[in-house]
Amino acid sequence: MSSLAAERRSNGRAVAPTTADSDNAAVRLLGASKRFGKVVALDDATLSIRRGELMTLLGPSGCGKTTLLSLVAGFLVVDDGEIEIDGKRVNEIPTYKREIGLMFQNYALFPHMSIADNVGYGLRMRGIAKPDLKRRVAEALSLVRLTGVEDRRPHQLSGGQQQRVALARALVVSPKVLLLDEPFSALDRNLRASMQIEIKEIQRQLGVTTIFVTHDQSEALSMSDRIAVMFEGRIRQVGSPDEIYRRPADRFVASFVGDVNVLRGRLDRVDGQAIVTLGAAKISVPTEPLARVQSGDRVDLFIRPEQLRFANAGGPIAVDGIVAAHIYQGGYVNLYLEAPEVCSSRILVRSPEPDAISRWPIGTRVGVSIASSDAMAFEAEPSPQGV
Amino acid sequence: MLGIAGTLAVLTILGFVILPAAVVTLAAFNDKALLAFPPESWSWRWFAKALAYEDFRSGVRNGLIVAGWASSIALLVGTTFAFALDRYSFPLKRTLEAVLLSSLIVPHFTIGLGFLILAAQIGWARGFAVVIACHVVLVLPFVLRSVYVSLRNLDQKLELAAASLGASPARVLATVTLPLLAPGLVGGWLLAAILSFNEFTASLFVTAQRTQTLPVAMYNYVREYADPSMAALSVLYIVATATLLTLANAYLGLGKVLNVESRR
Repeated sequence: MSSLAAERRSNGRAVAPTTADSDNAAVRLLGASKRFGKVVALDDATLSIRRGELMTLLGPSGCGKTTLLSLVAGFLVVDDGEIEIDGKRVNEIPTYKREIGLMFQNYALFPHMSIADNVGYGLRMRGIAKPDLKRRVAEALSLVRLTGVEDRRPHQLSGGQQQRVALARALVVSPKVLLLDEPFSALDRNLRASMQIEIKEIQRQLGVTTIFVTHDQSEALSMSDRIAVMFEGRIRQVGSPDEIYRRPADRFVASFVGDVNVLRGRLDRVDGQAIVTLGAAKISVPTEPLARVQSGDRVDLFIRPEQLRFANAGGPIAVDGIVAAHIYQGGYVNLYLEAPEVCSSRILVRSPEPDAISRWPIGTRVGVSIASSDAMAFEAEPSPQGV
Repeated sequence: MLGIAGTLAVLTILGFVILPAAVVTLAAFNDKALLAFPPESWSWRWFAKALAYEDFRSGVRNGLIVAGWASSIALLVGTTFAFALDRYSFPLKRTLEAVLLSSLIVPHFTIGLGFLILAAQIGWARGFAVVIACHVVLVLPFVLRSVYVSLRNLDQKLELAAASLGASPARVLATVTLPLLAPGLVGGWLLAAILSFNEFTASLFVTAQRTQTLPVAMYNYVREYADPSMAALSVLYIVATATLLTLANAYLGLGKVLNVESRR
């Protein structure tokens, strides 16, 4: 785990990788940069993807995640830095010699070929003999649970089926790394969820190293072994979904992944520990992001909705707010509170209690306490209206 | 929905579109040695005469030679430029495009005259080379356009997917790009061949007795005779072109061939 910690500390800045790291890495980027004219699409990215893991590149559009994927695929060439696949430098190796598998958002199935020919394409390019080829195509199609469509054309299949074909086509060549470029965005919601589970299962079963690009944070949290959060061309944090969610490295990661409340508090340093005071509550927070903040300074406390409790559950009251809206979600209720003195937008509290709406009607003043220690604090933004 | 006036207007327009071909077709069957409409007595004999007339036979032969070479060369050149225009950005790209499409603006007789002067300078005025070169320039914009539209409709991710599966650039071209462009390429070639075979104005300048194409031969004929063999020839021409396009439609889909149909 030491390399992970190093990556997190680095916030994406180049860090000398340890040997253990390079031995175990299926794909490695070392200070990789890519510019398009004056625009820096990828800035000094260092990332190590372990054998068999599913690494997600998560970020808003334009964050550089697709650029990074294209660099690994060989569609683009780095301006600076190194790309390694399987311990071998591939900077100048063209795509077709990289032994990768790729699935595009629109699947990019060859419209003039049958499904069997689509899936067998990579094997034909490798000169695999016909009987062997047929067997492996059949295996790949049964792996993605799609049989009996071998002679059809792509346009005769549904979106979900086309995706299975694209996956089979990418996997049949036993790629060193599987690249998934926003594979679910063309599917409707229900199909998306089931395909996510299925692809994750297949990936785990085959143990194929996978890089998955998405802008959807819930998709990233549910599918990944690790996530690299990217913003404005830089890798901001690398970690397990849980680490990313509970210990975000900066304000951007904290607000991009999951719902979060940003509350204004005051920092106290006690015996080298960082304590944020908010109302009557004192919340212990990690010290690392607060290196530049003095005791007594204002900080922004980032806290997840499920970590907030209504005060009747006990604990010191951190915030007093007025209930402004309810959103009933079935399993839980989202309550939005207004507390302008600590939060410039509305505070979201997630209550599992089914009678929350009747207990706290709109307009009620209610005290909120903080239930868990998973809060993070970051230096306050210059403008208090900023968040 | 249109009303009587509207229906009449549509029928009138359609009538005018069909009228010339209809008149010529009927005139072709006139037994008399006159280009007259409507004919008074009927005969196939002008078809026989048109098919037997030596200038027409050599005109067809020459026309096929010129159309075949010119459209093939234009296809090669046009495809290369279409790729360059679609895939790369470079200085003076707009200028290059304008030059390639310029023969749409410059009158055909200017192009023909220009080639005639040039060919006379280097002593090529009596050969096929100048006719073919002239026709390449004339049909190039159409080929370029046709291939360019096909390239625009081609999802480049298909080529990337092929490359990711281990296909070298040459194999990507052979197994993905060209098969998917085929309708556009065939369509462009066909359009160029038909235009070239039909071309008269520039051909009048650049052909000699030995190289004259069918339209030039027809022009020379009609200056001296006024019998219906011209009309018969027109009918044969229409039938041949229609057959060709029907076959192209059956095998490739006319919408795709003529690029009037989007594949997205």
